[in-house]
Amino acid sequence: MTVTRAPAETLSVLDRPNSYIGKTVPRPNLDRLLQGRGQYVSDLELPRMAHVVFLRSPYAHARIVAIDADAARRMPGVMSIVTGRELEPVITPWVGVLSHLKGLKSAPQHAIAIDRVCWQGEAVAAIVATSRAAAEDAMEQIAVDYEELETVTDMRTALDPATPVIHTSLGDNLAFERTLDAGDVDQALSDSEVVEADFVFGRHTGVTLEPRAVVADWNAAEARLTIYQGTQAPHMVQNIAALHLGLSEAQVRVVCKDVGGSFGIKVHIYADEMATYALSKLLRRPIKFVADRVESFNTDIHARDHRCRGRIGVRPDGTITAFEIDDLTGIGPYSMYPRTSAIEANQVVNLVGGPYVTPNYRARTRVVFQNKNVMCQYRAVGHPIACSVTEGLVDLAAARIGMDPVEIRRRNLIPDDAYPCASPSGMKFEQLSHHASLAKLLQMMDYDALRAEQAALRARNIHRGIGIASFIEVTNPSAAFYGVGGAKISSQDGVAVRLDAQGSVICQTSITEQGQGSESLTAQIVGSVLGVSMERVRVILGDTDNTPYGGGTWASRGAGIGGEAALQAAKALRQNILDVAAAILQSTPGGLDIVNNSIVNAGDGASRIELSELARIVYFRPDTLPPGIQPELMATRHFVPRQYPFAFTNGVQASWLEVDTETGFVTLLKHWVVEDCGTIINPQLVDEQIRGGVVQGLGAALFEKCIYDERGQLTNANMADYLVPMSGEMPDIEIGHVVSPTQESELGAKGAGEAGTAGAAAAVANAVNDALRPFGATITEIPLTPQVILTALGRI
Amino acid sequence: MKAAAFAYARATSVVNALELLAAHGDKAKVLSGGQSLMPAMNLRLISPDILVDIGGLTELRGIAVRGDLLVVGALTRHVDLLRSPEIALHAPLLRDAVAHIAHPAIRNRGTIGGSLAHADPASELPACVVALDATIVVRGPTGERRIAATEFFRGIYETALSPDELLVAIEVPVAGQGSTFFFQEYARRHGDYAIVGLAARAVVATGRFTDLRLGFFAIGDRPLLAAAAGRLINASVTSALLADAATALADELDPQEDQQATAAMRRHLATVLLRRCVAALLVRPELEAGVAR
Repeated sequence: MTVTRAPAETLSVLDRPNSYIGKTVPRPNLDRLLQGRGQYVSDLELPRMAHVVFLRSPYAHARIVAIDADAARRMPGVMSIVTGRELEPVITPWVGVLSHLKGLKSAPQHAIAIDRVCWQGEAVAAIVATSRAAAEDAMEQIAVDYEELETVTDMRTALDPATPVIHTSLGDNLAFERTLDAGDVDQALSDSEVVEADFVFGRHTGVTLEPRAVVADWNAAEARLTIYQGTQAPHMVQNIAALHLGLSEAQVRVVCKDVGGSFGIKVHIYADEMATYALSKLLRRPIKFVADRVESFNTDIHARDHRCRGRIGVRPDGTITAFEIDDLTGIGPYSMYPRTSAIEANQVVNLVGGPYVTPNYRARTRVVFQNKNVMCQYRAVGHPIACSVTEGLVDLAAARIGMDPVEIRRRNLIPDDAYPCASPSGMKFEQLSHHASLAKLLQMMDYDALRAEQAALRARNIHRGIGIASFIEVTNPSAAFYGVGGAKISSQDGVAVRLDAQGSVICQTSITEQGQGSESLTAQIVGSVLGVSMERVRVILGDTDNTPYGGGTWASRGAGIGGEAALQAAKALRQNILDVAAAILQSTPGGLDIVNNSIVNAGDGASRIELSELARIVYFRPDTLPPGIQPELMATRHFVPRQYPFAFTNGVQASWLEVDTETGFVTLLKHWVVEDCGTIINPQLVDEQIRGGVVQGLGAALFEKCIYDERGQLTNANMADYLVPMSGEMPDIEIGHVVSPTQESELGAKGAGEAGTAGAAAAVANAVNDALRPFGATITEIPLTPQVILTALGRI
Repeated sequence: MKAAAFAYARATSVVNALELLAAHGDKAKVLSGGQSLMPAMNLRLISPDILVDIGGLTELRGIAVRGDLLVVGALTRHVDLLRSPEIALHAPLLRDAVAHIAHPAIRNRGTIGGSLAHADPASELPACVVALDATIVVRGPTGERRIAATEFFRGIYETALSPDELLVAIEVPVAGQGSTFFFQEYARRHGDYAIVGLAARAVVATGRFTDLRLGFFAIGDRPLLAAAAGRLINASVTSALLADAATALADELDPQEDQQATAAMRRHLATVLLRRCVAALLVRPELEAGVAR
């Protein structure tokens, strides 16, 4: 690990004796999960609970002429069959726009389609029955008369005058457009070598192990709706459900315990989930919806699917003079709710060229509607596209002028001592470490030796490639992400910590756990700051009735924002405890400390009184305390970043791979990542978070693609045909760190969740092109399938 | 994704299974390992009225050598083929092929009889039994019949089996002197259905093929025993001859196009496999280098 800043003069709360910060400690929830005691919504059973299945449109665009459910209603176990028209009085439609994304437009979307379906998979009726199987039996008996409408599928022609407009009220199929022009691109390009390429990114999705799942339970007696849902943002769900069901937020409780993977898939509000809330209210009983795998592929948000023309200017000395992009993406028929489907394109504009010093940058992105499943934010939103375009162009520029890919980066990456500074797109960087990261990466991979090995193998007709990709990563978002645009999505988080009567600690936090270790990092921070051992810290999360208000876990914010709130809450409780201890021990708070569950002398460390004894006195014998003391053994603190809109992090990845130039198959041999996420709370969790992210990026690079035909049919909506990356094809992934803590918080932690996904595909694509360089082939399209590679090589 | 309701009968003997099949005809499906049948039922691609579970019929399990035949019971699981010393000795091609079939959980349940009767054109074992010149033993209401593997596969999921017949065993000629085998497939991920695959058996004497059977799979509606192999038998294999054979192979293939590969890509990969197979079987790496690797 390389630390770019000298440690502070005085010890911080993070450096206390027996600190858990920076240590790989086992996750406190491991035994519970391994013994099958996880609380997943998919497993939840409630009394009188019914199951809903949605009949989904087989057409990408069609008018619903008639729905005949008479036969289905007579099937065994069927309780109700509800159409969009019948559900309309219970839940209002929504429009997925935000005011800070100027010009973004979308059409009203209903929980269940009324009159018209706009993608294959949109729900047209809900079948509620005693079991999922009974509902599926009944579903086969429903006859829907559709009148097929012309479909819009190709984003490239979506704006042509001859193409039908999906929502006539909007006037055209353009959802959003943004342009940016910084510096003087024309001037810069006019005296440079200009290299350009079209980058194509496949549409893919998140594929969580546990599908989307919700149980909605309307309690008419209390006039309260309890929603059990695998989500990343319980308070956002509470707000949206209340808004559209005509309830106050106090009438909605959202419970979200264990979640089987999210990756951004579960940070949105889906129409079928809204329908499930409404059905519970309509039918006055608990209703369960669990997406099956085919539904997941057809309705979980998709992502990427960009076509981006990129240009780069370079001088013979390697100076990069400008970047220019023209980006296009198709998002399906609606902008997703409530975060909108313009964020990914917006991020692409924000991030291209971000690691480099050139001030000249021009960009345009256009977001168009089409009759395919909705697209929205999936892990590393926009980053893989921006990184692949930027790093692909940098490698092409290096090749044009005959410079080593490492050397051109050395000459153009923002110097490590240039901070704070801003990018041409206005992104503010507090402290990045591109050069320290690159240096560490080269050392880890032994770059020069690898180049020598590559050359030696070429002589034996074995073609291996090295690909490098530097990246920047958006983490710890402030209100700049959603709040300023009018979305009621909190950017702050809260933590409440209290000492119980036996000296244990109960901690309630508004961040959520989807497998990345939120419980662990919270317990590590609270235990360290308080001086209490981790097994005494119990973390409660995922319940809007029982945690502070907050954003949840997404956009790499849990550790940086929720972690800082935990630190500040624990500090406050610690002070409260020391105040009481000083009164009991006739000492001063400054003369005492808490170490290993005991109050000790700050000076000599001698043990004075156990925390359990202090708690006993406070709770049961307050009469023995000095007069006037009112102990407060609970503290709550909230935190939101105020200084920077985002805590940018940075890193660099490298891929080493072999291309079989006869078959087009790629074998990944090794992958390296150096990342700078500031303070590392749990090294193992950070490294595994990065590895998981890399694997999802490698999936995009080589395997994953939602394949639509020209009629808007998704043709590979199953786990046999949609190829997720699997362990057999994955290389060893070595992780290194540079540590530049953010000064915005005492904790200093930035996010690490996007890093792996941000740069993995770019590194692989650059490595494949490096391997193919003797053949004169350049590929700027992912996934890099054998078909694509053989075609580029002219073999087929 | 829940299967439609169905009846279930666990057969107590082969005779009992045949009675059940006779009674229900094509409304019944035989359940062996269930690794293809159950997903298809859960997706409601098929909805049989009744499943006849033959899983308890121990008489259909096991691997035995009888004279110069290796007899493999229909219920023999993939994992059994992988671990069997008899298979390793007499038909190592099956062992090599099984390593490419899906993943351990599936190999622990899937059976050779189920795979052959299912007749997925992209699966490994049908091509192996064709390359091995095996015989498929089936039993029906009128008794037992033996079908050459080359005659057994009739199309996508279609075989010479009647709805009232049960596949009971596979007879494989044991590997003789000079026998050598090659198995390779190209799949996007390990364990996926192949884009193109080749199961080959050869007899090599003094650097020449005296026999060569090339069973290609995933290149048509059934495994294909390539006629092009004939050009390489009893001949001095040169790069030029191998190129001729590759051209002949490309001509005799009529591959389908799907999401993974165009017909042209399948033809190309089949010829790559041919070259690599011949180079490996004759232990002459230079034959492979016809085209840059």
